[in-house]
Amino acid sequence: MALHFEQELEALKTALLTMASHAEVVVSRAIQALVNRDDDLARQVQEEDSAIDRLEVEVDEQAIQLLAKAPLATDLRFIAVSMKISHDLERVGDEATTISRRSIELSKEPPLKDYVDIPHMAAIAISMLKDALDAFVARDSAKARAIIPLDKEVDRLNKQFHNALISFMIKDSETISRCLNLMVVSKSLERVADHATNVAEEVVYLCEAQDIRHSGGGAGASASTSRPTG
Amino acid sequence: MRIDIPIRTSAPKPDLVPPASLNAPSASPLIEVSNLDLHYGTTRALKNIGIQMHGHVVTAFIGPSGCGKSTLLRCLNRMNDLIDGVRIRGSVKIAGHDIYGKDIDVIELRKRVGMVFQKSNPFPKSIYENIAYGLRLHGIRKKSEIDAIIERSLRAAALWDEVKDRLHRSAMGLSGGQQQRVCIARAIAIEPEVILMDEPASALDPIATARIEELILDLRKQFTIVIVTHNMQQAARISDYTAFFYLGELIEYDTTRKMFTNPSKKQTEDYVTGRFG
Repeated sequence: MALHFEQELEALKTALLTMASHAEVVVSRAIQALVNRDDDLARQVQEEDSAIDRLEVEVDEQAIQLLAKAPLATDLRFIAVSMKISHDLERVGDEATTISRRSIELSKEPPLKDYVDIPHMAAIAISMLKDALDAFVARDSAKARAIIPLDKEVDRLNKQFHNALISFMIKDSETISRCLNLMVVSKSLERVADHATNVAEEVVYLCEAQDIRHSGGGAGASASTSRPTG
Repeated sequence: MRIDIPIRTSAPKPDLVPPASLNAPSASPLIEVSNLDLHYGTTRALKNIGIQMHGHVVTAFIGPSGCGKSTLLRCLNRMNDLIDGVRIRGSVKIAGHDIYGKDIDVIELRKRVGMVFQKSNPFPKSIYENIAYGLRLHGIRKKSEIDAIIERSLRAAALWDEVKDRLHRSAMGLSGGQQQRVCIARAIAIEPEVILMDEPASALDPIATARIEELILDLRKQFTIVIVTHNMQQAARISDYTAFFYLGELIEYDTTRKMFTNPSKKQTEDYVTGRFG
């Protein structure tokens, strides 16, 4: 028979996975709304954000209750990591909201001819997030470590898009507002990848008790703690 | 009672040494236990224990009841000598001297290695006499000197302000936590190098426990402390190193931080997370 404490740990994990599932879905839907110019879907994404916020509070509350029981070793690391992951997932939800807002703005104007390849960048960021959460569920440190270098590729794409959008704006001032909106979308996806990287680093800590954040060894930059302004 | 010193019959195994992170690697250990076996009659309570402890740190011994942690603690000042049917093999050195050597004066040893027990055990005398008794036993007769040591010891035990106006009243009238601090003051008055503590706060309420824990952290600057505790959070709060024992064996010994966040052995992990023991 499982210990009561183990059951509570399992409940925390379930709450976190529910939150993770919402976070993955909202990013995918935000990109879908952007690509298909679907304002209704974009608005749904914004509504979904409050559910993620509520889950963050729920996860933190459960984690605090468990910490009060003075857990140690793996249990302690799991709870600490859960709180951090919930924070990252909440930020992922915020980024999806930002993308959906910009998507609604963008759909008011005709699409840009040479659209930057946002779906490609989104696919990498979403897959990083999904893999990081799978690694968390499976407690697979190797899988988590494999995610971290991908952050560099997303950073590179963001920079590339940024430069391309600047060129658009220089060539044609009519595109400025659309380009600025796309810059925000690109930056949001770059942040989603940062949060996925954070989750991967937390999984490594959970499995190996080794803090690899800011170690520079291909781990990539951590996500900014400032809230998005878009 | 018979003490076998030190005839090694079991295969020697390397002593577990404290990692260098909290001690200069060059510093020699203050306490060295090697190939220590202890039998209570036919029961082998300690199995080939090897552990080294440095000075001015707090080392916690943890493990389920009957794992041998208190037995090992009592080996460090030969308290087990007082138990019938005990046989000890192996070596225990403190500051390089084998404390089971034939030339060892056990009274002198216990002066250097003091002990605080689970249940506070003040003498049924005044607070003053509780401390003065040991001092006189060790040849200190001058009243002014005794007074000064009593004040210093009670201050070090964080008890002076509470009892300075009633030093000549019975120690038995103090609260449990205060009695335990009298015992600690009594132990430190004779300036030991090492203080052994066998679950010193297990019978105390959380406030008295917190005071004892604060005291231990303060005393670490002057003394080397080895503490047996069943309270893992207490070990996490106050110790620098932790040793985990199970069925008479030393399973793992490392920095407390490592032991409670990422122990190397599964048995330790299972014990500290409450999954067995």
